[in-house]
Amino acid sequence: MKGLKKKIDSVKPQFEEGGKFSKLHSVFDGFYTFLFTPNETSRSGVHIHDGNDSKRTMIMVVLALLPCCLFGMWNIGLQHAIATGDMDHNFFHLFFYGFFAALPQIVTAYVVGLGIEFIVAQIRGHEIQEGFLVSGILIPMICPIDTPCWMIAVAVAFAVIFAKEVFGGTGYNFLNVALVTRAFLFFAYPSQMSGDNVFVSLGGLQAVDGFSGATPLGQLAASDGAAQVLGVNGTPLSFTDMFMGYYPGSWGETSTLCILIGMVILLATGMASWKIILSGALGGFFMALVANHFATPLYPVTYLNPWEQLSLGGFAFAIVFMATDPVTACRTNTGKFIYGFLIGAIAIIIRCYNTGYPEGAMLAVLLMNCFASLIDWCVVNANINRRMKRSLVKN
Amino acid sequence: MAEIKRIKRGLDIPLKGEASLSTSEDTTTTLFAIFPDDFPGPVWKAVVKAGDKVKAGQALLKDKASGKVCLVAPVSGTVEEIHRGERRHIEYVSVRKEADEYLEAAPARTPDEIKERLMSFGLWAMMRQRPFDIVPEADVEPRDIFVTAFDSAPLAGPMLNDEMKPWLEAGLEALAKLTRGKVYLGIAPNAGISSKAAEVFEFQGPHPAGNVGTQIAAIKPVNKGETVWTLDARTVCRIGMLCSKGRPDYSTWVAVTGPDIINPAHVSTRIGAKIDSLLKGNIKSSDDVRIISGNVLTGVKVGIDGFLRFPYRQICVIDEGANTDEFMGWASINPMRYSVKRSFPAFLRGLSKPFDYDARIKGGHRAMILSGEYDKVFPFDIYPEYLLKAIIAGDIDRMEKLGIYEVAPEDFALPEFVDTSKNELQKIVRNGLDNLRKELS
Repeated sequence: MKGLKKKIDSVKPQFEEGGKFSKLHSVFDGFYTFLFTPNETSRSGVHIHDGNDSKRTMIMVVLALLPCCLFGMWNIGLQHAIATGDMDHNFFHLFFYGFFAALPQIVTAYVVGLGIEFIVAQIRGHEIQEGFLVSGILIPMICPIDTPCWMIAVAVAFAVIFAKEVFGGTGYNFLNVALVTRAFLFFAYPSQMSGDNVFVSLGGLQAVDGFSGATPLGQLAASDGAAQVLGVNGTPLSFTDMFMGYYPGSWGETSTLCILIGMVILLATGMASWKIILSGALGGFFMALVANHFATPLYPVTYLNPWEQLSLGGFAFAIVFMATDPVTACRTNTGKFIYGFLIGAIAIIIRCYNTGYPEGAMLAVLLMNCFASLIDWCVVNANINRRMKRSLVKN
Repeated sequence: MAEIKRIKRGLDIPLKGEASLSTSEDTTTTLFAIFPDDFPGPVWKAVVKAGDKVKAGQALLKDKASGKVCLVAPVSGTVEEIHRGERRHIEYVSVRKEADEYLEAAPARTPDEIKERLMSFGLWAMMRQRPFDIVPEADVEPRDIFVTAFDSAPLAGPMLNDEMKPWLEAGLEALAKLTRGKVYLGIAPNAGISSKAAEVFEFQGPHPAGNVGTQIAAIKPVNKGETVWTLDARTVCRIGMLCSKGRPDYSTWVAVTGPDIINPAHVSTRIGAKIDSLLKGNIKSSDDVRIISGNVLTGVKVGIDGFLRFPYRQICVIDEGANTDEFMGWASINPMRYSVKRSFPAFLRGLSKPFDYDARIKGGHRAMILSGEYDKVFPFDIYPEYLLKAIIAGDIDRMEKLGIYEVAPEDFALPEFVDTSKNELQKIVRNGLDNLRKELS
């Protein structure tokens, strides 16, 4: 490594101010700090620092996303095989089919998003920030597999610029960047982004008889009562299928099991708040229980029991990976409980009672992103009032 | 029996190199220095010139406003240098030790006598007042006085040794005369210290249980319009000796600690001693080390030719690490890389075992990203993130409301250590307090 370091150090001056490539300073710096941890030592205050930094933080989140990501790729292949009646498949066939179907989306998201980050960092003269490392993998995972790459590119550009960079970059955004991307796609290209045609990759092949590419929640929203949820070839889905994620949907978020594995990683490494996850799950469960109690054919999704509600669609994924985004969530401990609970409850309300939106998790998180600061404001104000009461000097 | 307070939020950072209680006498050091920057608040004016003869206890610097509060020579001898930095700012005044004499005074009994003695013998400057974490203003009577009798910082030694203990009660009695409120004494678990002059509280739990700010927050927080004084028990002992016997005491008992010290032990010397003779032959390798006067959280970086700095209790030597090239540190699986977040495999070997540290900040500076990090090690009824943001924004009204009067920079040392975004929190708080004081005066 010494040789590599020497080589890089020897070209470093060209990237500094006045150098030939000074316009690429931020990019160079980004790669440099990626390869070698900066050996800057502390100048004021504490002399030793915790080993964790924001690069490590982001990497741990990406690591937590991997089970969902790998399972999602395999599931793309599986749904493809079932839909096209391909009985002659093995694990690797399925996985690599999904891998190559998802890869263009992932590459697109990273190239566009990181490209914008690099440019903005250079204009501002900042270091490149790592936030998009997570967003870049999250975005494809919450999109249908047949979303065209150009749509993803447009949506990522919109989200990174208008939801993040205009506010100052990572740490200053108030809306979750990945969800803004998803919401942009959902509202800008409604016909391409919902319905039966985008959630299963047919790869140009003919589907089997009885094929329906609708997601379970999509099927329910379109039904007129307590309908049976079906798989892509028309066989009923069991609860195990729902929990394991063997059904079509935005490809990274179907498997509740993998999401739980990711959750364990996030909680064990201290990267996500258990308060948000717990209260979110409770909020969802509670609301699903209420909805189920008053189930009506007018709103067919209410016929799902709470366990099914929590396992289907993007709910679990949103609670574990979206609601816990520390920048856009509540920052006070009390606030986190309120914030999580409301996300859970509102997600189920939208899902059940607005048949126009088969899934409400995205909108619930975005809505609560907007209210997070207000909740915190109230919590902090309670602290201020306590202090004021104690004080003898009033002003 | 002392009332017990349990501190839950905090962190004991495991560090190698704890000092044994064996004590050696430092007889070789002849140069001693006092740094006015260690005593924030007043503007200090030199009252001696290089070459002047001084006795231990004689003023070297006085505060410009009142002319009463002094910083004094810790030894008898000749003033060697008044070292000035930029814009003639006095960095330190050094004294070459030549004799073992003391300036003596009559014992002090009345509050006015006690105040006068503390100011003129340099002990007043060793106290701090909250708000603002400065040397107490001469004409303000404190609501209460808080004394901590233990240091819970990493590798800190015991605050008192057997020689000092007998003077504690006398000091507390003298302090009790300076306030209509109470004197509170915070002690370590099972310290076995009792007092008639002070109300004693026992503090259990991790660092910062020994920080006086933590103790104030747990006993009786400071409100707007109130002033409290804080000091450590060692200063109280010096006060006790001065007021009851009329003899100033500038000796100190320093824990020489840290992973780069061959033989971590205690040294008894005088305050402001030059560090080289205290460390001679005791550092593992002389290049690429950081010598800290104080602990790793709040201490001052000094060179081998530096001096012992206030509060004169500890020296810690760690690797500097500036020449360390860590390839892809963010992917490190190094079991010696410590993180409270368990994001490194180190947690598998148990986070209470000693770890390797160097002075690298181990990351880039970022905006605050993770939430609730600071709260876990910040035992106050204050929202640290919000207070820090108010300070950064310069919003005085909001700072007041969020509790800036209750804090000192050292209270933010642990949040600064755990901070993923590597912000200089103590510096932010120091600047905030200074600006606030300027605005309000």
